[in-house]
Amino acid sequence: MSAHATKEIPFAGTVPSPQTENEGMITGHWRTRRPVIDRDKCTECLMCWISCPDACITQDDNKGLQFNMKYCKGCGICTTTCPVGAITNVPELDFAD
Amino acid sequence: MLEEIKSLRKAPREECYVPGHRTCAGCGPALTYRQVAKAAGKNTIFIGPTGCMYVANTSYGCGPWTVPWIHAQITNGGAVASGIEAAYKAIIRKKKTDAEFPAIIVMAGDGGSTDIGLQALSAAFYRGHDILFICYDNESYANTGIQTSPTTPYGAWTTFTPAGPVVPEGKKLLPKDNPKIMAHGHPELKYLATASIGYPLDLMNKVRKGINAKGPAYLHIHAPCPKGWSFPSDKTVELAKLAVDTGMFQLYELTEDRQYRVTYQPKELKPVEEYLKLQGRFAHLQPEHVAKLQNFAQGRLQEVGIEATVPPAAE
Repeated sequence: MSAHATKEIPFAGTVPSPQTENEGMITGHWRTRRPVIDRDKCTECLMCWISCPDACITQDDNKGLQFNMKYCKGCGICTTTCPVGAITNVPELDFAD
Repeated sequence: MLEEIKSLRKAPREECYVPGHRTCAGCGPALTYRQVAKAAGKNTIFIGPTGCMYVANTSYGCGPWTVPWIHAQITNGGAVASGIEAAYKAIIRKKKTDAEFPAIIVMAGDGGSTDIGLQALSAAFYRGHDILFICYDNESYANTGIQTSPTTPYGAWTTFTPAGPVVPEGKKLLPKDNPKIMAHGHPELKYLATASIGYPLDLMNKVRKGINAKGPAYLHIHAPCPKGWSFPSDKTVELAKLAVDTGMFQLYELTEDRQYRVTYQPKELKPVEEYLKLQGRFAHLQPEHVAKLQNFAQGRLQEVGIEATVPPAAE
C-alpha cells in the first residue's frame, strides 16, 4: 500500500460526526415526486414533521414548516400522514429546477 | 433524568439522526432511529449491530449520527454495549472524567436481537448492565434481500419462504415473541415495552423511560419495511397504525410486578385482512391462512389482557 493511500484511511476507522446534515450521502436526486404544502390548509399539527424518516421537515417559527429538498427522497409519508390534506405530491418534471 | 414529552409541539426540535443516509424512501426503521435519537438527546452512544440500520446508514467514512456511534457484529450488540457501560462506570468511579453517564443504546434489527444476537442480549440483561436495547422489527433480514427471520409472520413471502404449489402459505412457522422472552427470565430487567412508529409520542416516552431505568431495558419497535413487505413507500406510518388497530402488534409495557399494562388499546379492533391486503408479501394467502393469522392475533391480544372480539371482514 502506498503512503498516499494509508493517509486517506482514518485512524481506527474513526470519523467525525456530522452536525446538521451528512453531506457524504446526498439523496435529493432520488425523488420522482415533490411534496408541496398549502400553507392556508396547514394547521401545524406536526404529524408530517415527526413522520419523516429523513428529517427533511423542520419547524420555523415565522415561516412555518420547511422542506429540505437537498435530501428529500420523495417517499410521500408526509402527504399520507397529513390529516387535513395540505400536502400534495407533484411530479418532479413539472418543476423548472 | 429525561422528562416526559407531553405533546409533539414540546418534543425536542434538535435532530441527532440527520438527513443523508442510503435507507430506502419511506424506511420504517430509519424513522424509528430518528424518533429514538430525538428522544434520547445528545448524551447518547449508539451501538449498531449489523443490519439495515448499519449497512444503509453508513457510507464510506460517514454516517448520519450527530452523537457517537459504533458498529458491532450482528451477534454481539449486547456484549459491546456491556463493555462500554462497564468502562464508563469504571472511569466515573475512578474520577477520570466528569462526564455524565450517557444513554447507551443498542439499535439492533430483529436478526440482531431475536435470532443471531439473542445470546449477547440475554447475557447483558442477565448481568444487569445499564443499557437500553432496542429491536427495530421489520420482520425480515432486509438488507441482504428479504430472507425470513424468527419474527417474520406466518404466511409471509420471503426469498427463503416462497409461496408455491407445495407450500401455498409461504412461511409455515408462527413468529417468535421476543418481548415475552425478555420479560420473564431476566431478574435484573428494569423496563420493557413495545412501541410503534405509528404512535410517535408513545414511542419517544418509552425510550425515555428505558433510559431513565437504572438497569437493562428492552424496547421492541414495530417498523414496516416498504421493500420487504411490498407496499408503496408512502404507506409506512399507515401500516404501522393498522398493525396495532388489527391486533397484529400490541402496545404494552411491563409493570414493576411483571404484569403487562396495555398502553394503547384500539377502540374497535379491525379484521387482520385490512392489514394483510395492503402488503404484497401476503398476496398469495387463501381464506384458511387469513383465519390462522386472525387466531394468532387474537391469541397475542389475550396474552396481554386485551379481550378481542373482531367483526368479520367487510366485503
